[in-house]
Amino acid sequence: MLTKRLIACFDVNNKMVTKAHKFQDNIDIDTAENVARKIYEDQIDEIIFYDIAASAQKRKIDIDTVKKVARHVFVPFTVGGGIGSLDDMYEVLKAGAEKISIDSMAVRNPEIIREGEMAFGRQCIVLSMQVKRVEKTAKIPSGYEIAIDGARFFTGMDAVEWAKRGEDLGAGEICVNSIDKDGTHEGYDIEITSLISRAVNVPTIASGGAGKPEHVAKVFTQTQASAAIVSSMLYSPRLEKNYSMREIKERLSEYNIYVRPWISGRNI
Amino acid sequence: MIGVIDYRAGNAPSVLNALERIGVPSLLVSSKDEIDEVHGIILPGVGSALGTMESLEEMGCLDVISKKVLQDGVPFLGICIGLQVLFEHSEEGDTKCLGWIPGVVKKFSQDMVRVPQIGWNEAEFTREHPILSGLGKREFFYFVNSYYVIPKDENMVLAKTEYGVEFCSMITHKNIFAAQFHTEKSGAVGLKLLKNFAMIAGDAVCLRKD
Repeated sequence: MLTKRLIACFDVNNKMVTKAHKFQDNIDIDTAENVARKIYEDQIDEIIFYDIAASAQKRKIDIDTVKKVARHVFVPFTVGGGIGSLDDMYEVLKAGAEKISIDSMAVRNPEIIREGEMAFGRQCIVLSMQVKRVEKTAKIPSGYEIAIDGARFFTGMDAVEWAKRGEDLGAGEICVNSIDKDGTHEGYDIEITSLISRAVNVPTIASGGAGKPEHVAKVFTQTQASAAIVSSMLYSPRLEKNYSMREIKERLSEYNIYVRPWISGRNI
Repeated sequence: MIGVIDYRAGNAPSVLNALERIGVPSLLVSSKDEIDEVHGIILPGVGSALGTMESLEEMGCLDVISKKVLQDGVPFLGICIGLQVLFEHSEEGDTKCLGWIPGVVKKFSQDMVRVPQIGWNEAEFTREHPILSGLGKREFFYFVNSYYVIPKDENMVLAKTEYGVEFCSMITHKNIFAAQFHTEKSGAVGLKLLKNFAMIAGDAVCLRKD
């Protein structure tokens, strides 16, 4: 039986891991390389790296930093930001990532999902989406709309429909980032995570809002999410208390959530 | 020197990074001549069985690799698709595979579980073996697969894992080892297994100290 996965998601800008609140007011934490090394050694299950400015600045992803991080990460490593072509994907995979995250670029050109799946396999393509709660309308029946470019532009697309279409096009995982919850530390958006995790057959990753282990326990018990992003809890200076993976996993076990156990003396 | 086979859609860079981390000298192998220089071969893999077989054939190295492994007894480690292509046939794309290991490759039932399987799952080892030195009887590894192998010979099964069905997650046969899970992406336990393979291949291994 698969364990629930805990994923650290780094927003990287100018080689630094940075932490936002509702996609704004970023604070720098440390270099991506240093954060990656520490979090890997703390036994994180997986790492995602977003070059957050690449798409908005219309430049290629910072491959040099991707390579540096990959040398310290011996758990699954996903990279996203500014990936708009098969060549971009190949570059990132060659740099040591095994999954590609596409977000705004996939909204602009959905065929990139299919092309990526054909070239590298479904398991390689993570469709990441920025969702915001809106009024339910005929066009947006779920009441969640897709935004792009760091929540700057709204697309008029329904989040659940987009997730289903993404799966049909070839996405192997769907990462649901709540714009309303991002950096708030008040818990995940349970409603949209639940809707999407029931609508698709591929794994769903819950993202945005985690501030304590109880939030993670809640998203795993009240939705069918396979994984959850826990970045702030690990290193955000905005939180009074940061947690180690050991603390988080031990707490989740108390809620009978099946996770990869934290084991002491296991660093190589 | 461990040779890591480089082919289109393989994840050789991750395996090289892992070997570097545990202090094992390695070489990215993309041509026949380079295979002569190595005394252990790793066939990494992501993607499809058909795509992998086509890429391997395009490389033109299959006869040399087969000779090295099957006749000269060079230690071999297959990872993920690198396990599946060792079998006779895969349901994926109705693909004829290498046939080094008797048996077939089947798809998980979508009625039972989410496919692909993506995540950490537990492997239970069926017996002791030097490649498992320092590992527990059960360990968690990272899996990404829609298909699983069914070896004809139960004696070749070194680990079993549960995902809707109980499937074979690692095999061993003479100098051949292969795992369904990504040992290069399974944290300290995975690195230990890679290190054990390098030891079997006779490579000097020094643990990197941070």
